Amino acid sequence: MSAQIFHDHPGDVKQKAAWLSRRVAIYGILLVWTLICLFPIYWTITTSFKIAPDVMKGNMIPYWDYTPQWRGWKSLGLSPDTIGLESTVREEFLKRFWNSAVTAVGASLLAVILGSMAAYGLSRFRYRFGFMRNPDISFFFLSQLILPPVVLALPFLVLYRQLDLLDTQIGLILLYTLTVLPIVIWIMRDQFQSIPVELEEAALVDGLSIWGAFFTIVLPIALPGMVASFILSLVLTWNEYFFAALLTSTDAKTLPVMVASQTGSQGINWWSMAALSASAILPLIVIGVVLERYIIKGMASGAVK
Amino acid sequence: MSTEGDLLHVVTLDRITPRRVLLGKLLIWGSAALMALSFLLLGLSEYGLIGLEFSTWRPALYAYLFWATCFCIAQVVLRGEQGKRVLFVLPAALFVVAMVIFPLIFAILIALSDWNLSSPDGRQFNGFGNFRQMWDDPFYWNALKNMVWYTAAIAVEYAIAFGLALILSGQIRARKFFRVAFLMPLMLSPVAVSWMVGKSMMEVRFGPLARLARWLGWDNPSFFGSPEMARFTIMAMDAWTFIPFMMIMILAGLQAIPREVQEAARVDGARGWRGFWEVTFPLMLPVSITAILIRIIFKLKLADIIINVTSGGPGGATDSVTSFIFREYRDRSNVGYGTAMALVYLILIVLAITLFMKLVDRWMNPKYLE
Repeated sequence: MSAQIFHDHPGDVKQKAAWLSRRVAIYGILLVWTLICLFPIYWTITTSFKIAPDVMKGNMIPYWDYTPQWRGWKSLGLSPDTIGLESTVREEFLKRFWNSAVTAVGASLLAVILGSMAAYGLSRFRYRFGFMRNPDISFFFLSQLILPPVVLALPFLVLYRQLDLLDTQIGLILLYTLTVLPIVIWIMRDQFQSIPVELEEAALVDGLSIWGAFFTIVLPIALPGMVASFILSLVLTWNEYFFAALLTSTDAKTLPVMVASQTGSQGINWWSMAALSASAILPLIVIGVVLERYIIKGMASGAVK
Repeated sequence: MSTEGDLLHVVTLDRITPRRVLLGKLLIWGSAALMALSFLLLGLSEYGLIGLEFSTWRPALYAYLFWATCFCIAQVVLRGEQGKRVLFVLPAALFVVAMVIFPLIFAILIALSDWNLSSPDGRQFNGFGNFRQMWDDPFYWNALKNMVWYTAAIAVEYAIAFGLALILSGQIRARKFFRVAFLMPLMLSPVAVSWMVGKSMMEVRFGPLARLARWLGWDNPSFFGSPEMARFTIMAMDAWTFIPFMMIMILAGLQAIPREVQEAARVDGARGWRGFWEVTFPLMLPVSITAILIRIIFKLKLADIIINVTSGGPGGATDSVTSFIFREYRDRSNVGYGTAMALVYLILIVLAITLFMKLVDRWMNPKYLE
């Protein structure tokens, strides 16, 4: 055997080591941050299957250092052996869940409908409402984002009491629509501006009215943007706590308010709190995993012009 | 883009007959008169001036809805094709006016009165009494000071988010998995987070974070013991939820930078840190400013976590303005005072954000002297 003829230059070898250590560092950071992001979720879901000694001993891994029990879910009436039985807790939970779902979906739908129409108008036509031109009208809508909820909360409390809308789903829906409307308009304006006007011109030449063109030509193209803004609104309204805590008491109370009202009273009864928290976040985790593409699209639009 | 003339031109023959104009005006003014009448009747019955008894102000709401509908229809009747265009924006505009402008005017009225919802006296006008009380309220100023701290924490969040976005936009495997994983905290409700992290993971005896802290050598881990520590913990929890938001905006910005620009920079010798500071970072400035601005707006609404984890304690060290007003209402049902504080907060926010945007504008588009 003679000496190897082809070999790496010593400088290249050094670089390879540097490259490798960089890769390790990058994946290290990625994994650590993944742990930071996912551990609380893992913790909540596993804790809902623990019983008191497991909690106190700090057991972490199911089947390894503790046997999962249905304790937490049983207290919600959602474990396999209680699911068929009557359960007032489950009734209560399902009612809150339903309230949350109705208000979140209702508000997001209303916001997407109102917001898409407004955004389309603003991206296609020039308006004059008194002294307000298009940029002013856009600013008028978007500036609602700055308005902190606390400014509106107490006046609405009094107003809703007068209007008999306190503790109703419709009252919450209206208020939630207001909070997400600017976001929807922002996303949709961006979406409509990316659709060429020639498309509608062709449709108009073919005899459609502007509303006809809007519904049959533009909306199907803008659907991804609408889905994105809908999902984003859904996330924000599902998680909303502040208004719900102030404006609802018995009938229209939403899930976050229920979770919040349980935190103080439960003490070390972690398993039922964990089950409750887990079921409050589960729908959104599913949405996040399945529809991640739309959420990212929604948040990215407007950032890049 | 020009501000004159429609982007989408529509040429139609609109014959608006005098009768149509009359009908349109009749619709608007007729329904407006109906609305005014309903307000008048309700107002009179409120003070017991007439025999009619209404249990609520609901009819006024219906009257407004009726007027809004008539107003929309009248646009088409009066202006034909032009009116149909207005219909795109009008519903949203009427909605926002009803839900924001009207309550804001109402808020000013409330702020000028002493109104305790639980006391039988009802509303009592007291001029600027609430504002004078606010001026002497150390807790309000303390909450405002905390908001400055909380807002300052955005700088750190921004740095972390930028770093993560840089890594995610690089060449890595399983990018989609990491993106979904990093997005997760944003999806969780702050209330659930306050229990999951604030109340159980940071629980002094059994919480995993407390265990970790003990294992790392912190003998008596208490995350909410001292004011500074408590404030930091709240900041960390809020950052945890919202870093994904900034990260995704920055990531979108990074992906929009043309590859050629970065390759050219690399050829010119801008590698590593220099490439970042001299090419990527300046290119990312507009996106960064948008992301930071939106983050500031969301930060100023911070309340849920504070209300549920510390209720402002210890000694008001973690109070945000929103959580302070929330407790003020919950403990004392004091609507007037709460609204006064909220209005001042709104004015401060508008001033601060206008100033911020002005400064950014000057910094981004410097006007050089000739």
